[in-house]
Order: sequence, then structure tokens, then C-alpha cells
Amino acid sequence: MTTATGRLPGPYDSGGGTDLADILERVLDKGIVIAGDIRINLLDIELLTIKLRLIVASVDKAKEMGIDWWEHDPALASGARKRELEQRNTELERRVAELEALSSPARRDQEDRERS
Amino acid sequence: MSDLLYVYAVARAPVQGVPASIEGVGGAPVRPVAGDGLIAVVSDVRAEDFEEAPLRKHLEDLDWLSGTARAHESVVRAVSDVMGVVPLRLATVCRGESGVRRMLDDGYDRFTANLDRLEGHVEWGVKLYATVQEEPEKEPAVEAPSSGRDYLRRRLRSRQSRERNWAQADALARRLHTELAGHAEAQRLHRPQSGELARADGVNVLNAAFLVRRAGSEAFVGLVERLTPQEPGIRVEVTGPWAPYSFADLSDPREGRVGA
Repeated sequence: MTTATGRLPGPYDSGGGTDLADILERVLDKGIVIAGDIRINLLDIELLTIKLRLIVASVDKAKEMGIDWWEHDPALASGARKRELEQRNTELERRVAELEALSSPARRDQEDRERS
Repeated sequence: MSDLLYVYAVARAPVQGVPASIEGVGGAPVRPVAGDGLIAVVSDVRAEDFEEAPLRKHLEDLDWLSGTARAHESVVRAVSDVMGVVPLRLATVCRGESGVRRMLDDGYDRFTANLDRLEGHVEWGVKLYATVQEEPEKEPAVEAPSSGRDYLRRRLRSRQSRERNWAQADALARRLHTELAGHAEAQRLHRPQSGELARADGVNVLNAAFLVRRAGSEAFVGLVERLTPQEPGIRVEVTGPWAPYSFADLSDPREGRVGA
């Protein structure tokens, strides 16, 4: 395992070279995408990252094992983000209903009586 | 027309000195190009490699891709050792210094927002691998199942024990991730690696990146070591420090989300 002593360890220090997978994952899938003058940057980057996933990170293996919780991380999956919003929406609707019930006339009358 | 510049990263001006010895893609020396308040770290690349058509063809070639990726990463790393940088995606290419300045101007707000957030930070990668041992059959293998039902019962039993083990690995990964996230400025989950390039033993269950203050790196790596589960078949791998690739541009307004 990498250890941090003195000068910080570089990725190449830990046993014979960093995995190409780790590098590709970062330089191809992360980092700022900005339009340079060669148009490949934006046009083909999506295709490229899909191909990259096939060679670096096809998710099937872990998924077979039922391990897919990263898919529920909003930063990773837009589907998960939608689910999260839906859940939040449902929760908000429930709370609105509760609050409405609390402030309904019958309830208010009752509270007025209790107060007097 | 022919002077194509490959851009690795953007930093704040003034230049704090790009190490002169760094070699970029194709072995060309790396130099800064100054824009308004920002600098780009660039090197010259050959048009026959980086014009649109040849570049597109090259990107299909894994050997070319890996060589370029390693060169890109080593330049970004060397520069990020001496100053705060925003790493750019592989193969960002501009026409001449005027093209680079135009890119710096167009992206000024995004670059400065990222530099504000990422300066003084590094990224650490933490992966957890699990090897689950197939439970040996209780009955001797030679003994054939006495009936179809017996056969199904055996199949079910072995599947259940496998699932239990994977559930354990899953739980260990989640616990490690939660604890580490509590000690990092931000976290990002990558997809577990299992494609043809993933060469490690075991199944990659957790593949996470953590944004950590550079000064807190030693403590963070120590923490990973302490938190590594001492269970058979579990292995934790740390990589870094990386330039904060996984945390660039998280402040995209459409997402409305910064880090974790």
C-alpha cells in the first residue's frame, strides 16, 4: 500500500506503475471539457467514455453480485438523481398534507377551545 | 495553421514556474501560455497526429491512447506539484497561442470557480477488492444428487452462501466509504473496474475518489490504513496524490451540487 512519508508519494511509487485503468478513468472521463479548436473534444468525448467504460469499468461483474449502490449516488447517475427528486417530492407532499391537516378549520376550532 | 498546441491544465497567473524538464505528449517540452489572469500549460503537437481526422483515428487505438494518457497525466501531476491547477480532459487542442488565449477567455468563469475550489487540494483514490471463496460442497462431489430436488437444494445453498459473502463485502465497502468521506472535503464514486484493463485480483467493490487538503494527505492515507478491514479476502488499494481530476467542474449549475 502507498505510504505518505516526507514528500508525498507519487502514483508511480506504488509498485511498478499506476494502473492504466486509473489514469484513463481520470484523463478521459474527468477533468474539464472545454472546446478547443479541434472539434473532437466535444463531439466524440461521449462515445469515447462509453468505450472506455467497456475496457475499464463494465459494471456487470459487481452488478451480478447485487452491488450497485453507486448507481444511487446522485453524482453518478441521472436516473438516481430523478429518483431522489421524486422521493423528495413525495416527502414534501406528505408534509404539506400534514400541515394542511393541522391548520384545518376543525382543528383550529378545537385548539381555540382548548386555549380559552 | 500548422501550430497545434495541446493544453494540459489551467492555472492562475503569474506562473510559478513550470518545471522546464517536463516532457509532454510526443516528447515535446511543456511551456506556459499566459492569458488574462490565467495561464495554460501547453506543448506543441504534430498536426498529422492532432488534426481532427488523425486524432479521431488515434483515439480508437488503445496503445496510442494509453501513451497519450500517461503523458497527459504526468504533465498535470508535475505542474500540480508546484501550483494549483484545473486538469483538462485528454486531447484538448488549440490552434496557436491565440487559440489558447481565446479558450482561456471563454472559460474564464469556469476556470476560476474551479481553481477557487480546488487550490491546495489533491485527490486520493481508494479501491476495495473482495475475493469470495466458493464454499466447498459439503457432500463429496462424487456423490451425485439423489434427486432433482436435492440438486436444486444444493444449488440454492451454495448461492446463498455466496450472496452472504458479497453482502459482507458490500457492507465493508460502504462503511469504509462513509468513514473516509467524513474526513474528506468531497468524495466521488467511480464505477468499479472490471473491464479488460482491470488487472487486479478479486472483484472491485468500491472505487472512490476523495478530495483532501494537500497538507492533510498523510493523515488521510494513515486513516485508510487504519480503517482497512482486517478480513480475509479483502484488499484496499490507495492511489495518489492525483491532481483533482474527479472534482473538476462539479459546480455545474444544472447539477446544483458541489462535491459530496
